[in-house]
Amino acid sequence: MLRYLLEKEIKLFFRNPFLPKLVALLPFIALAIFPLVANLDIKDLKIAVIDQDKSPYSRQLVEKVLSSPYFQLSGNFTNYAEAQRSVEDDRSDLIMEIPAYFERDLVKEGNVQVFVAINAVDGMKGGMGGSYLTGILTDFNNNIRAEWIQTPSRLSTPHINVFSAFRFNPTLRYIYFMIPALIVMILAMFSGFLPALNIVEEKENGTIEQMNVTPVKKSTFILSKLIPYWVIGFLIVNVCVLVAWLFYGFWLRGSLLTLYPFTIIFTFTFCGLGLVVSNYANALQQAMIIMFFFITTFIFLSGLFTPFDNMPQWAQVIGNISPLKYIIQVTRMVYLKGAVFTEMLPQFAALCLQAVFFNGWAILSYRKRN
Amino acid sequence: MKFFTCWQGKRRRQNRKFAAFSSFVHKEFLHIFRDMWTTLILLLLPVLMTVLFGFGITTEIKNGKVAVLDPSKDVATQGIVDKLATSEYFTIAYRVNTEQEIDDLFKQSKIGMAIVFNEKFYENMLHTGQAQILLLADATDPNTASMLNTYAGMLIASYQMELSKNLGTTPLQITPELRLLYNPTMKGSYSTAPGVLGLVLILICAMMTSVAIVKEKQMGTMEVLLVSPLRPITIILAKTIPYFVLSLVNLTSILLLSYFLLEVPFVGSFLLLIAVCLLYIFVALAFGILISTLVNSQLVAMLISGMVLMLPVIMLSGLLFPVNNMPLVLQWFSCVVPARWFITAIKSVMIKGAGFDAIIKEFLILLGMAVVLLGVSIKKFKNRLE
Amino acid sequence: MMTIKATELTKTFGNFTAVDHITFAVQKGEIFGFLGANGAGKTTAMRMLCGLSKPTSGEATVAGFDVRTQSEQIKKNIGYMSQKFALYENLKVWENIRLYAGIYGIKGKEIGKRIDMILEQLGFEKEKNTLVKELPLGWKQKLAFSVSIIHEPQIVFLDEPTGGVDPVTRRQFWELIYQAADRGITAFVTTHYMDEAEYCNRVSIMVDGRIDALDTPKNLKYQYNANTMDEVFHMLARKAKTAKS
Repeated sequence: MLRYLLEKEIKLFFRNPFLPKLVALLPFIALAIFPLVANLDIKDLKIAVIDQDKSPYSRQLVEKVLSSPYFQLSGNFTNYAEAQRSVEDDRSDLIMEIPAYFERDLVKEGNVQVFVAINAVDGMKGGMGGSYLTGILTDFNNNIRAEWIQTPSRLSTPHINVFSAFRFNPTLRYIYFMIPALIVMILAMFSGFLPALNIVEEKENGTIEQMNVTPVKKSTFILSKLIPYWVIGFLIVNVCVLVAWLFYGFWLRGSLLTLYPFTIIFTFTFCGLGLVVSNYANALQQAMIIMFFFITTFIFLSGLFTPFDNMPQWAQVIGNISPLKYIIQVTRMVYLKGAVFTEMLPQFAALCLQAVFFNGWAILSYRKRN
Repeated sequence: MKFFTCWQGKRRRQNRKFAAFSSFVHKEFLHIFRDMWTTLILLLLPVLMTVLFGFGITTEIKNGKVAVLDPSKDVATQGIVDKLATSEYFTIAYRVNTEQEIDDLFKQSKIGMAIVFNEKFYENMLHTGQAQILLLADATDPNTASMLNTYAGMLIASYQMELSKNLGTTPLQITPELRLLYNPTMKGSYSTAPGVLGLVLILICAMMTSVAIVKEKQMGTMEVLLVSPLRPITIILAKTIPYFVLSLVNLTSILLLSYFLLEVPFVGSFLLLIAVCLLYIFVALAFGILISTLVNSQLVAMLISGMVLMLPVIMLSGLLFPVNNMPLVLQWFSCVVPARWFITAIKSVMIKGAGFDAIIKEFLILLGMAVVLLGVSIKKFKNRLE
Repeated sequence: MMTIKATELTKTFGNFTAVDHITFAVQKGEIFGFLGANGAGKTTAMRMLCGLSKPTSGEATVAGFDVRTQSEQIKKNIGYMSQKFALYENLKVWENIRLYAGIYGIKGKEIGKRIDMILEQLGFEKEKNTLVKELPLGWKQKLAFSVSIIHEPQIVFLDEPTGGVDPVTRRQFWELIYQAADRGITAFVTTHYMDEAEYCNRVSIMVDGRIDALDTPKNLKYQYNANTMDEVFHMLARKAKTAKS
């Protein structure tokens, strides 16, 4: 029986004028283009400089700031009001004001302030810009100090050497962070939207009613709907991995085989969610909007774009329900850390639990009669 | 006299036309609101999303989990660890004894950063200048990693400063005084609220209108409307007006939530803000209409207005990723995403309090988009008639 | 032998009683007309008999099985053709036949034969590879009927099968029903074409969820002193509280 139903699903899929194209092209385009977009490498921040001192030190400082890859001069200003206007018009991201008598006060008083004002509408950009600039100032400060305190006898000043190392992504490339996330996002969209819409479409056309008076079992009918999307999900993962490699030379540090069981379970889970939605929705529009809500919520609260640990507690609680949270951890761990299956058992357990939950709910809520 | 009757006749005709139009609109309203569930979902969804994203999406670094490997266990290492622990950026999650443990913690993604002190830290710090700290960060997420790294560095530097002050050695010091403009508490919601507004409005509007018209096509009722004396533009308008009203309700609820719950300031002119939002809703509805004239099945209309549209709106609008970080070609491409212009304009008006002159470019672009989208869809619509 | 037996069958939705204690029985091989205005409760009653909807109270057996507890067995023994056209529009004619043949457990080799048989019976040989959505409505309905009895069920339920179909095709459609009845398939038909009522062996007329009349068309006309079923129907329908059309 299942065989005939599957035959029908496959024929209908390929006869749809839009679906096969969507499945073939969207993952490809998304993985080829979006890693370039999802770029939060903060560089070339536009800085407005107000140098009231014009001393050798102040010039050195400005030069040092501008020579870093993070900053780019938007203009030299003579007063703060003008500089602020440039921020308002989005011509500058931040302002650095060096007060008059900067050099003199630094040497004589031993303490001087530099004013930095940052456009913090975008919190991330503001925070990063601020910390980069502070870093450069500290560095500059240390150099000056070293110039003045040359005598070894003064070494009793406490001195700490700080070294930094970045694990797993030493060049700090943002696309390495985003590619695993994009793979998951595309997979979630396909396995969430397509089965849900497919079933609701049959509801609207009345064909599902015809099915309901036949001896087809609910499990058989649901399986015939899901199997094609499981296959599609699996293909999409492979296409994405391949495109990431072709376009960005980015291959998994771990094994692709390790990734498979997780993505397969995840596809089950999301298809299950789609089924639940389709069981409650009576119209395509309803199904789409509800699914859209779940998918965006799950995407945004899963740590896909923004770090999970930074979210408020209650948002983390919701995020814990999101299957995306676990699959994203897994793809990133396999991609960047070369994790093996045994290291990701908690994630596997969580995904399995969710798969059982959503599919169980889907089967229970599917009614052949009312 | 003759002129007068003529004029009266014309007016009567117009009245009749208007009556037909308004009864048609009335029918559309009934049609939508009869489906209680869909209406409820359409009204509640934006509320939920605003709350979830407004509070949930945050770029502030808080409570980064840290592992400490401290073989010295002296005053200085303790002081530094305390300094990190009391800052809001870090939580000391693990104290470990070997590098292997750190490795495992990293692999299992249990920590974001590890701090490794060398032996006899305090002694080295005072006498040999060989005191060493190694900051290891999990750069899977490069931005979080470099922010944690910078914060840790700053905290260590400030500890060092305090110490030298206590020891009486005050070197030349430059203190940066940081001022955060517009968003002094660095709230994520300042940038997410306009983003959510841009995302929710366009997707909901496009989904609603595109399906409404395609459904009518699929059920064959469109033919009935087309043979009626109503002009195509009238039909399109009548179909969109109810959704326009729905969108206004959504707009109101999102704005109220942003102001009262997310505490996003409304610095600029309220009227200007509303004007920009209305224009944007108009663009979104026009977009939906265009989709509906291009496709013939509800499923395809849904997939285009929901799934295909969702990606560029999230990725290319500047909602999450700054537009000027993108490669040039994609920056050009992002110009056709209405959400990009909307979000920029809204941020300027709402948070920076900019006037109309500051957003005139965005306003004109959105206006142009509305005209083009509507023009193309009416043309397409007419072509189908002939 | 009675293939359908309903006793005090009732369905309520909230305060609204769609089917109000109806009792009737249908004989094997009979063509049983189930008449009523829109909203009189025909479809609801039929959906209960098919196991698509649970009765609120009352009893019914279909093909000897209880509609409450044995709906899955019922489904193996009935065919159903709904008001809404329910074949897959984007499947070809033969693919639709194959699908339902497969669903009803007809063996692979047998399926090919059935397809040819149905195509021949309907005179659709040329349309074998046509997408169903490209067929005219009447053809679709004939195909849907043939598909609904592909497994030779004991009973076939037809819910307004000829809505919107031209008179000639309607005649042909009734030919198909007679052929099926000759093979012993009971046909349970709802319709609001009163001329079709004349084709039935017996008809029942539903008004406001109740069966107000049940007999052969001839007896009904005699009883109500009418010339046509149409007149009979109008006399009964005038009493209705909720008549909509």
